[in-house]
Amino acid sequence: MMMTNLLALVESLPSKTVQASGWFLETAWLIPALPALSFFIILFFGKRMKYKGAEIGITALAIAFILAICCAGQWISQVNNAGHGHDQEQHQDDDHGEEHQDSHEALNSENIEIASSENITIYAAEEKEGHESVAIDAVIQRFTWWESGGRTFQVGIMVDGLTVMMLFVVTAISLLVHIYSTDYVSGDRRYTHYFAFLSLFSASMLFFVLSENILQTIVGWELVGVCSFALIGHWWEEKPNSDAALKAFLTNRVGDMGLLVGMIILFWSAGSWSIVDINVAAINNEIGQSTLLIASLCLTAAVMSKSGQFILHTWLPDAMAGPTPVSALIHAATMVVAGIYMVARLYGVFFEGYDIAGSSFNVLALVGSVTLVGAGLLAFVQDDIKKVLAYSTVSQLGYMVMALGVGAWTAAVFHLFTHAFFKAGLFLGAGSVSHSVHSFDMKKSMGGMRKFMPTTYKTFLICTIALMGIPPLAGFWSKDEILVGTGGWGLFGGTGGNGTYVFALVMGIIGAALTCAYMTRVIYLTFFGEFRGDMHGHGDPQESGKRITVPLIILSVMAVAAGFLNLPVGFLTGNTTGWQERFGHYVEPVAPYFPGISHGTPSWSLAIFSTFVALSGVALAAHYFFVKVKAQSPAATELTNGLTSKNKLAKAGHTVLKQKYYLDHLYTDIIANGTKGPVADAAYWSNQKGIDELVNQVGKQATRSATFVYEKIDQNLVDGVVNLSGKASEGLGETTRTIIQRGKVHQYAAIMFAATTILAGLFIVFV
Amino acid sequence: MSVAQYLLLSSVLFCIGIYGVLSRKNGVMVLMSIELILNAVNINLVAFSALTDNIAGEVFALFVIAIAAAEVGVGLAIVLLIFRNKQSVDLSEIDQMKG
Repeated sequence: MMMTNLLALVESLPSKTVQASGWFLETAWLIPALPALSFFIILFFGKRMKYKGAEIGITALAIAFILAICCAGQWISQVNNAGHGHDQEQHQDDDHGEEHQDSHEALNSENIEIASSENITIYAAEEKEGHESVAIDAVIQRFTWWESGGRTFQVGIMVDGLTVMMLFVVTAISLLVHIYSTDYVSGDRRYTHYFAFLSLFSASMLFFVLSENILQTIVGWELVGVCSFALIGHWWEEKPNSDAALKAFLTNRVGDMGLLVGMIILFWSAGSWSIVDINVAAINNEIGQSTLLIASLCLTAAVMSKSGQFILHTWLPDAMAGPTPVSALIHAATMVVAGIYMVARLYGVFFEGYDIAGSSFNVLALVGSVTLVGAGLLAFVQDDIKKVLAYSTVSQLGYMVMALGVGAWTAAVFHLFTHAFFKAGLFLGAGSVSHSVHSFDMKKSMGGMRKFMPTTYKTFLICTIALMGIPPLAGFWSKDEILVGTGGWGLFGGTGGNGTYVFALVMGIIGAALTCAYMTRVIYLTFFGEFRGDMHGHGDPQESGKRITVPLIILSVMAVAAGFLNLPVGFLTGNTTGWQERFGHYVEPVAPYFPGISHGTPSWSLAIFSTFVALSGVALAAHYFFVKVKAQSPAATELTNGLTSKNKLAKAGHTVLKQKYYLDHLYTDIIANGTKGPVADAAYWSNQKGIDELVNQVGKQATRSATFVYEKIDQNLVDGVVNLSGKASEGLGETTRTIIQRGKVHQYAAIMFAATTILAGLFIVFV
Repeated sequence: MSVAQYLLLSSVLFCIGIYGVLSRKNGVMVLMSIELILNAVNINLVAFSALTDNIAGEVFALFVIAIAAAEVGVGLAIVLLIFRNKQSVDLSEIDQMKG
């Protein structure tokens, strides 16, 4: 009882609603406006500046970052103030015995009825302080953009805990990426343009995050897509790079159709563009379940493309063609998390549409679970360090989507938060290595790098451990929360949550083991063994400069520390409620636009089990690489007599993974060419046999009659007329040219006045 | 004064303008004559505007003045360029673009 069931779920009606306010929250629009402004300044004046425009981008992002921190501070104080007035009333909830909980659950059903009849939303409150039951409305600033046909189109900002968190993450990562880029792409042929688009990318994402209605969401969504296109194809002179950019853009278009359709459905069913209105309408059952389901399915397609979920994830590894800092930005803070954010923002729709509470299966959870294992497997066979990280991102995004699918909203958002730091750290670390060896190929150009690049090695290792989910680093806390949230861990009395998603839990645990194993492989191939690269006589690889290592150090510190923001309930003993679940407390909205989700109860047994699984994943991979492969030769990258060479099944599996499940073949060869080929053949056959035959017959007859017509009618009669008219017009033209069109201005003027006079006369006489 | 007097003035101005456009060979003079025509129209507009107590005519006249200024600017620029190229502004000599 102490740990597994310390806190019970308490649902209660909020006794009051507090409107959050504050200067920084109300002027949060400045945060995207600054990078947008810097985009234009860099574009127009960047080349003439001392640092080619980089200083403008960094300044804008630094100010935006400070504003984001101020926003966060103001939001936290708002939540604290809102909670204080209600300490007294909620103290009765402090005691959570089993029976007590049961009686509460009995009451809950009544509450629901009362609530829906009065059109009031139910609020989930899980904390014993009882702060949560005070609803805090998001800060919403908006003005009318235009009106048409009685509909008002508004633009504005919506700031709540989720927004503030995202503002912080995006500005922080983007600022670090800017600083890192000044070294990484220095001397690039389009240095200034690179920084301009980096600014626009950040601005687009911030705009997307702050959007108050779904119209703005769509605009921001597309802007992010365009910027990623431009940045992935930054070195477009080489064909694969521009292909990758196109692939990213086109694959995203597939999902964008889903976004448009889904948003249109939501608009017509809720009658409003506003995110708050749509969520409220969905939660209060003003929109039919089936409508919501269809809208959710459409939006899920959008998430699959934007956030790289199976089966539309194929663009994401190819997007590695862009500069590494851009990859870090795409994978950590912008672009791919846009899908996650969209689901989190419109969670009322998804929660009701998929009926997440109380069911044990839905599309979102399925897509997430399949992605996290499928992408984890793919990461094993990649030799390109960035591609391993890309598949790792796909896999981690799978965790987030799965968490949203099982109703673990806070866990998903928290994982987004922690993942942003360690994945940015990993990408920038990989970039630092490649900056030194000028390649991304782990097998051909890396190995033994820990001797040459100690700082990069240490930060990369820290971020890796965070990604593996080994306590006490950041990844562990968020991953554990997701696994708890699946509600599938029934070994010791269940973990609560919204439903029993056992499948999701199993896939999550498998994914954890896979993550550990492939990251161990990366660490070995990159940093251990013998250096396999060729420096072309430039000596040993060198550690990167300060502008690269400092962001790495900052990110690794965050990778260690970020997890402590949301310590699970019951982890600390004593009077420590002020230390646990801080992240969830401030980020998770308690407001009418957020559905009443249940929270899983943290479980020691699950935490220990998942850590054990993670460690065994590390151990297996470490045994393979650090013992067996190393024993073979320090420069070896795999066993020559490994499983794939002996076992046919393993060999086949390896090939399937190498070919990325043949998905690219499926799209280009089977779907595109497959439809292209037979359709073309069929068209050709019917063309030859049917239409051509007919045409030929018609043609023959036509020739025969045409010959007759030509000789008798055409030559004599028609041509005569045509020739005559031709001659007539030629004569007329010649006359006009020589008499009227002589280039004499006065004559023109005289004709014009004469004609005007005649026309005026006619006008007076006849009208 | 009745409106007829204004109309008389404007038609006189208009005719002078037409005469100038048709008879003058100097490009600058032609442009000035066009100004006369436009101002004749302006007088008409203002006269009728005053007669019918409707502000629209006067507003129209203001627009005409603005457009005329722009037109004369372009016209003089063309004349200037022609003068540079041909050392003359005689319109009867400018017939290179004839059909």
